[in-house]
Amino acid sequence: MIPQSQFLVLAQVAAGRESELRGLLATMNSAPGVADPANALVPFGQFPQLHFARFVVLDDPSLGGIQPYGSPRPSLPVYLALLGSCDGAAEEFLAALAQRAARGLRRIFSHCQGFDANADLLSWMRQRRVPLAASYVNWVGRSVRQISEEAAIARAVASKVDRSPIAPLAEAQQRRRQLIDFIDAEISAGRLGLTTPDPTPVRWQLARIVNLVGIPLIGLLLLPLFLILLPFALFTLRRKEESDPEICPRPDPAALLELQTAEDRDVSNQYTALGSVKPGLFRRGLEVLLLIAIDYACRHVFNRGYLARVQTIHFAFWALIDGKRRLVFASNYDGGHEPYMDDFINKVAWGLNLAFSSGVGWPRTRWLVARGARIEGTFKYYQRRHQLPTDTWYKAYPGLTLTDLNRNQRIREGLQREPMSDVEALAWLQLL
Amino acid sequence: MNAAATPGATVELDDIQGLVRFGYKHLPNASFLLFRVKDVTAACAWLASAPVTTAASTMPLPQIALQVAITSEGLRALKVSQQVRDGFSLEFVAGMASDAYRAQRLGDIGASDPKGWRWGAGECAPHVAVLLYAATGLAEWEREIEAQCADGFTLLERLRSSGRQDIEPFGFADGISQPDLDWGRTREVRDRDRLAYDNLSCLGEFLLGYPNEYGLYTPRPLLDRRDTAAAALPPAEDDPASADLGRNGSYLVMRQLRQDVTGFWRELDRQAGGDVQLRERLAAAMVGRNMNGDPLVAAAGAATGARFNAFTYESDPRGERCPIGAHIRRANPRNADLPPGKPGIVSRLRRMLGFDARVRAQDLIASTRFHRLLRRGRKYDGGGDDGSEAGLHFICLAANITRQFEFVQSAWMMGTRFGGLTGQSDPVVGNRAPAADGSPADGFSMPRSDGPDLRLAGLPQFVTVVGGAYFFLPGARALRYLATAA
Repeated sequence: MIPQSQFLVLAQVAAGRESELRGLLATMNSAPGVADPANALVPFGQFPQLHFARFVVLDDPSLGGIQPYGSPRPSLPVYLALLGSCDGAAEEFLAALAQRAARGLRRIFSHCQGFDANADLLSWMRQRRVPLAASYVNWVGRSVRQISEEAAIARAVASKVDRSPIAPLAEAQQRRRQLIDFIDAEISAGRLGLTTPDPTPVRWQLARIVNLVGIPLIGLLLLPLFLILLPFALFTLRRKEESDPEICPRPDPAALLELQTAEDRDVSNQYTALGSVKPGLFRRGLEVLLLIAIDYACRHVFNRGYLARVQTIHFAFWALIDGKRRLVFASNYDGGHEPYMDDFINKVAWGLNLAFSSGVGWPRTRWLVARGARIEGTFKYYQRRHQLPTDTWYKAYPGLTLTDLNRNQRIREGLQREPMSDVEALAWLQLL
Repeated sequence: MNAAATPGATVELDDIQGLVRFGYKHLPNASFLLFRVKDVTAACAWLASAPVTTAASTMPLPQIALQVAITSEGLRALKVSQQVRDGFSLEFVAGMASDAYRAQRLGDIGASDPKGWRWGAGECAPHVAVLLYAATGLAEWEREIEAQCADGFTLLERLRSSGRQDIEPFGFADGISQPDLDWGRTREVRDRDRLAYDNLSCLGEFLLGYPNEYGLYTPRPLLDRRDTAAAALPPAEDDPASADLGRNGSYLVMRQLRQDVTGFWRELDRQAGGDVQLRERLAAAMVGRNMNGDPLVAAAGAATGARFNAFTYESDPRGERCPIGAHIRRANPRNADLPPGKPGIVSRLRRMLGFDARVRAQDLIASTRFHRLLRRGRKYDGGGDDGSEAGLHFICLAANITRQFEFVQSAWMMGTRFGGLTGQSDPVVGNRAPAADGSPADGFSMPRSDGPDLRLAGLPQFVTVVGGAYFFLPGARALRYLATAA
């Protein structure tokens, strides 16, 4: 099994060059906001390990939001973000990228501060890589290759299957057997591929176990301290929840339209948001702790197709930047923007509050999990106001949603699984 | 933001336009007049004294009813200030035909592209809709109203409808499922999960100025009560210092849908290979009801009347009796906030965290109660240039156009992945546009217990949008305010 990893490279945009940069990034697109996989600058489609990638200029129009807290409007840089999700180590992907798309990357990064045309591209990007505070992968171990092979197999099986009623039930076995033989023949003939999964890297497994045990151990060690601080923390939390200003003005229609321009070009969409963390040690510390918990849950619990009740997120991550003063969130999800937000509000508002209520202006929460994102209209304004237009976005498997990926995977597994009962064989045929 | 009002607080029925409460089924003849403002003073004068029928009950039933609705372009034409207009929702201000991305979301592309609409876009965007309903004598009354309006308005469209309203042009019983509005305000105003589907909706889902299903007030224009013109408006329940221009009003979505009746049955005939019974069975599977309105998932043991609407799909999770993609299942999936499971906190937590795979499979569709529509459409025939056109003047009311109408239309009707399906949109109203990767979305699958799904492929488009607009259906006092504020 190849584990997936995600990356975020942040380079400060040189003063006054933002619009020129955006213009350049737009040349990578085949439709507004959607990258041509074979574009001349960074041909994402040539990298078989890449699931999703995007370039976004992180220019936060909501920076002044911190002022009601008594802090001056900070002067923080505008960044160019290169971010994505890939099979294997992100380090290896970036190395391949630096090697094969060097010219285009140099053109893009020449709009950034401190870019030296002679510098080593890979180490330049490496220096600007930002650690992710939490990272969610819908199905750990499902590679791009597996996805495309399974999609082809599922298509072939679905077009071949006999759709007439099955009677008696035992006939289900026979039909399944015929399909297995058909697919085997197709594979032997080289018309379909079915690669044996790579072995899971030992280092990754070790790191996983260390994390699995280590985080609770550290938590256990800190438990006495935590219990002593708890009453104070709860008191402070409630006080802040009552007094922190809610800043959720209606988004500007023109800005909204700009975001919508790049949406619904595929069955999946992208989301990039940026905001400031509420000033003060308490909120910053709380956010760090919560993101550690979220990362832990994503690594060890929510790695098999769902993030609590939400089953439509392919990849997502959180990163704290600028000395933990700002938070970047990026995700790739299925369906339209409005249903995505409704899913969040109606299914996991509590999780949203945990993850984001440290953000400046977040709708008022109670006890960290209640209210907040449940204040539907206010939350929707908030999230749109913090969303940034993605300049160019790549998805390796257009047209496929997570329900497709899961169904295709079950179809492939059913071809390989021996033996099956009659009822199981029928259930498998019903997937087709 | 929490609702301050007590449940059971009064509802000003005589300030609400009647369409919110009544479908006027006893008034079979209707004419929807779409106007553009020609002379602001004359237009306002007519609107200020328009004989609007309210939601207050009368005995005997009224023999005529008149309703007035205004688009955001109409508000601009009537010289309503920008500040007031900006208090309405973004999608209402922008309008149904605002941009290509909204059109894409709503499925209004190809033959349904607003560029080809008879009315609703550009120069043909209406300002005011006057809806007339009558038992008899509609033609004379229509002439009378048009004459009254002639000074202030130019007539853009006259959308007539008559005849039996309980059967839509394809031949199916229609208008059966409607939400029940909580007129008594008995529903507790509190934000909490509802674990069973029910048909009752908070008033605030359909009327502005009242708490919605989240226990919140939908944003709408709130004015300064010290302003003399606004003083006659009701105070806002959630902000008594403000005058509530939205109170007792709703948004009205109107779309003219042309139905290709011949094409529909010809295609079904082709799919059924000429077998008449099979043809009707396939059509019923596509709709989710038999032609007489009987749902394919019938309410077991229910009385005949209740049987038509008192059911959920809980007993048919795979769609073996009523396909997942059937029209009425897409339009109203009848699910609760959490998929069903064992009682008790453990089961509930497991479901909330997604730990139960069987529950997850049932959890692909959003909670229905936030996406209800109050449908007030009227079918038409004898339309078009040659008088052979039939269709529906689709009308629905909602307090939040995006969360209700647009959501249902885009995610549920046009969605090619509704409930985990693939390669299909709504079998009746879908536009059949292929997916972004070029793969077809013109199929329809019917799951069966004894084998793989049956599939129909290559369905043509049966329903085309030929006009549409978003209106505000103001309360009576709000209408007078809008007509006199300029």
